[in-house]
Amino acid sequence: MNSNKWFNILVPIISVFIGILAGAIIMLGFGYNPIQGYVALFNGAFGDPYFFGETIRQTTPYILTGLAIAFAFRTGLFNIGAEGQVIVGWLAAVWIGTTVEAPMIIHIPLALIVAALAGAIWGFIPGVLKARLGVHEVIVTIMMNYIALYSANAIIRNVLTNNADKTEMIAPSASLASEWLEGLTYFSRMHYGILIALFAAMIMWFIIERTNIGYELKSVGYNQHASKYAGMSVKRNIVLAMVISGAFAGLAGSMEGLGTYGNMTVSSGFSNIGFDGIAVALLGANSAIGVVLAAFLFGALKVGALNMPTQAGVPNELVDIIIALIIFFVASSYIIRWIILRFKKEGK
Amino acid sequence: MKKRKFLLFFAVIASFSMVLAACGTSNDKEADKGSEKGESTDYSAAIVTDEGGVDDKSFNQSSWEGLKAWGEEHGLSKGNGFDYAQSSDESDYLPNLTRMTKEGYDLIFGVGFLLQDSITKVAKQNPETNYAIVDTVVEAPNVASLTFAEHEGSFLAGVAAAMKTKTNKLGFIGGVDSDLINKFEAGFVAGAKSVNPAIEIDIQYVGNFSSAADGKLIATRMYNDDADIIYHAAGAAGNGVFAQAKDIKQNDPERDIWVIGVDRDQHEEGKIGDHNVTFTSMVKRVDLSVQKVSNMGLEGDFPGGKILEFGLSDDGVFLAKTNEDAITDEIVSAVDDWKEKIIKGDVDVPQTRDELKTFEESL
Repeated sequence: MNSNKWFNILVPIISVFIGILAGAIIMLGFGYNPIQGYVALFNGAFGDPYFFGETIRQTTPYILTGLAIAFAFRTGLFNIGAEGQVIVGWLAAVWIGTTVEAPMIIHIPLALIVAALAGAIWGFIPGVLKARLGVHEVIVTIMMNYIALYSANAIIRNVLTNNADKTEMIAPSASLASEWLEGLTYFSRMHYGILIALFAAMIMWFIIERTNIGYELKSVGYNQHASKYAGMSVKRNIVLAMVISGAFAGLAGSMEGLGTYGNMTVSSGFSNIGFDGIAVALLGANSAIGVVLAAFLFGALKVGALNMPTQAGVPNELVDIIIALIIFFVASSYIIRWIILRFKKEGK
Repeated sequence: MKKRKFLLFFAVIASFSMVLAACGTSNDKEADKGSEKGESTDYSAAIVTDEGGVDDKSFNQSSWEGLKAWGEEHGLSKGNGFDYAQSSDESDYLPNLTRMTKEGYDLIFGVGFLLQDSITKVAKQNPETNYAIVDTVVEAPNVASLTFAEHEGSFLAGVAAAMKTKTNKLGFIGGVDSDLINKFEAGFVAGAKSVNPAIEIDIQYVGNFSSAADGKLIATRMYNDDADIIYHAAGAAGNGVFAQAKDIKQNDPERDIWVIGVDRDQHEEGKIGDHNVTFTSMVKRVDLSVQKVSNMGLEGDFPGGKILEFGLSDDGVFLAKTNEDAITDEIVSAVDDWKEKIIKGDVDVPQTRDELKTFEESL
């Protein structure tokens, strides 16, 4: 048990370093100084309060989508639909934020709950289809992503506005942004959502590790047949896992709507917050604390990468390759796990 | 045994990271010194692109070319006096703008109306720095808004198309249904109807500026419905319109099929064998505007809080006459007549659908 724990910590760390090493080799190969490149990356993510604030800002939704995907993973489900759930959550939060008038103490929780509900509904549909009819959740969730994207665009254009391409700003009483945090971090868009995200991570840990529901969910993830034999309702647990997963992703959307932007724009493509969440969950080994750390790494990479072209002269295209390589090695931690296991066997 | 291997590996990695960290601090200081020196002696300018990036063959590229030309004119080099930052999605706009501000650039351009909110915010937070926004208006004392009279240029495109068409049916394909693209639409329709009030114009929006496949699909439908000239204002999605026009031309060289390009002279895009399906292009000189405003800033005469409109009179927008086989002398002279009228103020070109309605009633 003890060595297993070590193992779970070691594998992600090694994969991150191999990724960074591979990125360095690519930079060397193209005649750029990898040390300068990574220094620029580091400075761009942590170099001063502003960038640090932005890193936290980017980390916030990543934590929540990472949790969403990790949660479904634990029950053996692959929730590719986090992206769509983020979009409906975002839309719902902005909707409440712009149309409802209430004091802050009601307005913010209301917007958060509605966003989580919207995401939950978006997760419920593939969950039910999977449980009742055996439709594979990957296919349904991918399709639900597009439905969410285009429906949200249509709603912004025709319901929330009069054919404008973005909604009004949410009322200050619904905003998670804080002048205090902005002042502290030289006008970064860091907001109180990070506290909500960390709280959500605790909830996820609690549900999975400390409740009967969590035990059943995990059990269904390990072996459906055995769980059924033991008297658990597999169908109910599948639906429940997708609903909770969707609620986390919906909350991630509300972070963007209530915190970062304060409105929602008609967009032609996905925000990738949900898709990046898959890699975050993988790197975080599907555990709550792991997801928080992995989300922080991804947030830092995403924000820091912007600094590489300006400070180190590494062209954007190459930055994309380097970041992708890091993610690739991170996501392929299974390979590393396999290699280490082989070493272990030989050692014995 | 196994544990040792792990430890060794760990040690190597740890030392590697220490080397990285150590280099970090020293390099950092040098870089800081460098930028401070740069600031004190020279005027510097930078652009922040929208999602398109500096090689989008459209207005991002055009603004970068303008800034490059300005920098070279004043003996500056990229990264030292002028530079760009690319945004890959919405969340990058503000960090990019703030970073360029912190790097100490005197003037920072936000390219495209997508950056409106971000420029508004960053300009308020940094009253000492000057900003400029392309294609839309931000009201702040330290922001110059660079807009173009796209409706006027599109009006001329409409005039030319109405004279050229044989089927009396035109098409308009827009990118995203927004105030900016509606200007193109309103101008084009007004121009065409000024020549022939009975002309039919088929209007459809792609929904984005990037999907060439969707652009092609819409163009296919329009050409099948007998439209023979399509004006696109859809950025990269418009490439699909060119692709479809060329396909039709290839199968049936006798058929008259045309595309009107946008933003840059898209003559090259329309080439197929000896033919060229690009009838003309509504050219928008974003590069000139960037160059001009940078020069104004350099001379200490930055037009903060003002809206600069580049129109027909200063060649900020114009109709390309590159395809001489297609755009005949007759059409050219008619276009020039209308241009005179617009510059003189005899014609008030509509900018929105509502204004277009009143314009059509007055015909």
